[in-house]
Amino acid sequence: MEEKLIKDYSSPGRKGYSLPPLEVEKSDLEAELNGYLREELELPEVSEVDVVRHYTALSEMNYGVDSGIYPLGSCTMKYNPKRNERVARTAGLTNIHPYQPEEQLQGSLEILYQLKLDLAEISAMDEITLQPASGAHGEFVSLMIVKKYFEEREENRTKVIVPDSAHGTNPASATMAGFEVVEIASNERGMVDLDALAEALDEKTAALMLTNPNTLGIFEEDILKITEMVHQAGGLVYYDGANMNAIMGYAKPGLMDFDLMHFNLHKTFSTPHGGGGPGSGPVGVKDFLAPYLPRPLLKKDEKKYYWDYQRPKSIGKVHSFYGNYGVMLRAWAYIKTLGGSGLKKTTENAVLNANYLKARLKKDFELPYAEDSLHEFVLSGSRQKEEGASTLQIAKRLLDYDQYAPTIYFPLVVKEAMMIEPTETENIETLDHFVETMLTISREIKEDPELVNNAPHSTTVRKLDETKAARNPDLHW
Amino acid sequence: MMDYISNTAAEQDKMLQEIGIKAVKDLFQMIPEAVSADDRLNIEPGISELELMRKTQFQAGKNKSLDQQISFLGAGAYDHYLPGIIDALISRSEFYTAYTPYQAELSQGTLEAVYEYQSMICDLTGMGIANASMLDGGSAAAEAVTMAARITGNSRVLLPDTVNPAYREVIKTYGTGSDLEFIDLKGKQQIIDPAQIKENINDQTAVVVLQYPNFYGSLEKMDEISNIIKNNKNTLLLVIANPILLGVLKAPADFGADIVVGEAQNLGNGLNYGGPNLGFMACKDDRKMLRQLPGRIVGKTTDVDGKEGFVLTLQTREQHIRREKATSNICTNEALNALMATIYLSTMGKEGLKEVGEQCYHKAHYLAKKIDSLSDFEVLNRDNFFNEFVLKTEKDSTVLMEALLAEDIIVGYDLKNIGEDGILVCTTEKRTKAEMDKLVKKLEVL
Repeated sequence: MEEKLIKDYSSPGRKGYSLPPLEVEKSDLEAELNGYLREELELPEVSEVDVVRHYTALSEMNYGVDSGIYPLGSCTMKYNPKRNERVARTAGLTNIHPYQPEEQLQGSLEILYQLKLDLAEISAMDEITLQPASGAHGEFVSLMIVKKYFEEREENRTKVIVPDSAHGTNPASATMAGFEVVEIASNERGMVDLDALAEALDEKTAALMLTNPNTLGIFEEDILKITEMVHQAGGLVYYDGANMNAIMGYAKPGLMDFDLMHFNLHKTFSTPHGGGGPGSGPVGVKDFLAPYLPRPLLKKDEKKYYWDYQRPKSIGKVHSFYGNYGVMLRAWAYIKTLGGSGLKKTTENAVLNANYLKARLKKDFELPYAEDSLHEFVLSGSRQKEEGASTLQIAKRLLDYDQYAPTIYFPLVVKEAMMIEPTETENIETLDHFVETMLTISREIKEDPELVNNAPHSTTVRKLDETKAARNPDLHW
Repeated sequence: MMDYISNTAAEQDKMLQEIGIKAVKDLFQMIPEAVSADDRLNIEPGISELELMRKTQFQAGKNKSLDQQISFLGAGAYDHYLPGIIDALISRSEFYTAYTPYQAELSQGTLEAVYEYQSMICDLTGMGIANASMLDGGSAAAEAVTMAARITGNSRVLLPDTVNPAYREVIKTYGTGSDLEFIDLKGKQQIIDPAQIKENINDQTAVVVLQYPNFYGSLEKMDEISNIIKNNKNTLLLVIANPILLGVLKAPADFGADIVVGEAQNLGNGLNYGGPNLGFMACKDDRKMLRQLPGRIVGKTTDVDGKEGFVLTLQTREQHIRREKATSNICTNEALNALMATIYLSTMGKEGLKEVGEQCYHKAHYLAKKIDSLSDFEVLNRDNFFNEFVLKTEKDSTVLMEALLAEDIIVGYDLKNIGEDGILVCTTEKRTKAEMDKLVKKLEVL
């Protein structure tokens, strides 16, 4: 490997830490903990400089939004503002314990309350919980709310309908909440097939889970008809907020008659993904579902902000404390910085950038759905595959050109799919450079498919053997 | 106001031309008027960075942080020392602005760090397999319980009340989705009586949950309970461990744990009002268990030239491939927090982790002895605790806590919150002798 493991820097007796002297007399720990004492521990013995050099070397083998374009569809990899990091590192806001008295934390609770109000305004939802720690966590919370709602009404509804273009977390979350998943096919325009929906709806339907715009970037033009159909069948409609960056200031899930939804603060509201997390997935609901939200719920009376635990109908807790507060601080800073008109401008530029890329790429790559799209779009690499290189290889070749690849082989409804979402923070030169690179790769496939099929060539490691990794798992040193 | 958009009006016009439309609003024509929001969001106008920082300081000024008082709060979130190199290293934007490492060849930094993290979690817990992280301790415990139910095909869960009450609630919320049956066991003198496990365990029991040390800071009779469970072939032992104490305490695997989870916030992550925290999960090196393990896993492999490298592996368990048949819905996890824990464990090393654990132990015992010798106070679990203990007073605990707050001391977590008498007091290596002596002195006079 390019950089050896931290344990391989280990040298007996080497130290990277210092602690103050103990000051107090020692207890007879050995005797008192007899039978509970550890004999062996193999953590590395390294110096502070060893640690700094090693993790700096690792960071140099990585690629973040600060490195360049990150066009992962449905991931909304926009720029992560540095001022938000400063806010989230303000000692008075962060060195606080979750069980400190509320009276000592009014500054923080007010921030969270403002965030709640702003999310409610953006979505036209009535009440918000900030507890879910990721988007999928928010989906799970939403479905548990649906479940509890129907239990209260003594209605036995067991099915959740999910379109075939939905994010994989949707069916997984529905199953975790104890529902049976019914998948419905999209129509030839890439939208919900109303006949298929009508057929799937019955007295067992608990909910429809929908992303709008969907994962093809296409806005469901019959959205009001769809929500009405589900409501008429007695079900609820859930909005997957992963694609909120496409509609801020132009449409609100609440106005589309969705009953509940989740947000991804780590997508729409610019908080960094951290190489996989942490995120934050607040859930918004209409008033009639508010009693079921997780405990505790942030409230305000004349005197102060407080956590309301007296919620007899609540689904209960899903997180040890109140959710990913550090992420919420960043999202709050983002919304304060942009304001209402800034958020709308964000959406406009996200959609403009995506449509510009689509316009420039659709001649050389197949566009499976001609429908107008918003913040993201899906191309198919089918033509290139026939010419000798698959979508996977196009993705790998992009890495040679120091650019991250789009989401690939998703949504499942498109063969050789490339799902592209540039976000609003990329400038025209970066977009043009991405287009030129894609066109270059397309040309390379025609002229020298092996060059593309053997990519990547210039990364720290070349194409890795995933089959071997799964067949003979080597999961620790 | 700042919107982080680079393109000028002229550049936008050029882009519109390429698309073949006149105005940006034309891109939104497909949205029906009925659902279009008003032409503006009713959110205050944006502000400059200077104003934002001023506002942030203003809000911080309304808080009273732990820097402004002496805190003995624990109960699941712990105030340990954070070496400065952690924030310096995770502030490298190649780490924190990266996504989940879908393109392995351009994400070797994240992947190798996760492999190291998994290795260190295996080392601490003594288990054979660890995943890349869970959302937090409570949800990790909950997903471990549902995992145990899937592995055993059983639905009965023995849940002692010596397990953190917040975790118990999260476990039950998740359990509703999987139709689990919970048997609440009541502890005696801050631990669970093994006889209770013996009475309640049967061949329908999926899992017995133990916390190590438990919510009150006490050590359960691990060996005895483990032996009872071993007699029930189809029941697993789930241990919720405090990882920072595992430099001193025996690995849960040595007590026969099948799954080990916990909250690793205390490994190099700050308090942050309880989040982002870091759930960890490890299990026995067993194919059947591995197939049911939720979350991402990183594995070592080789590239086409035979050079070693790392990838996300065993993804057929995950939601993006298995959809409704996935072991869990986890997608985003707590990767950056796991990196912080990895840097912390590397920095502390085996000696440092041991010394932190020992300091916590000695300081807590110093404080407990002093308090126990006061006439109006008693330490309930004085013979069995690590660095958290239950302080019992004849006085009204709420009044006492208020009086201490006025002296800039948070004495601990009021067990009234969970319907019990007493205060849960925690001491870490950060508390000084002077701070502890001050608490004792105030208790004496109040």
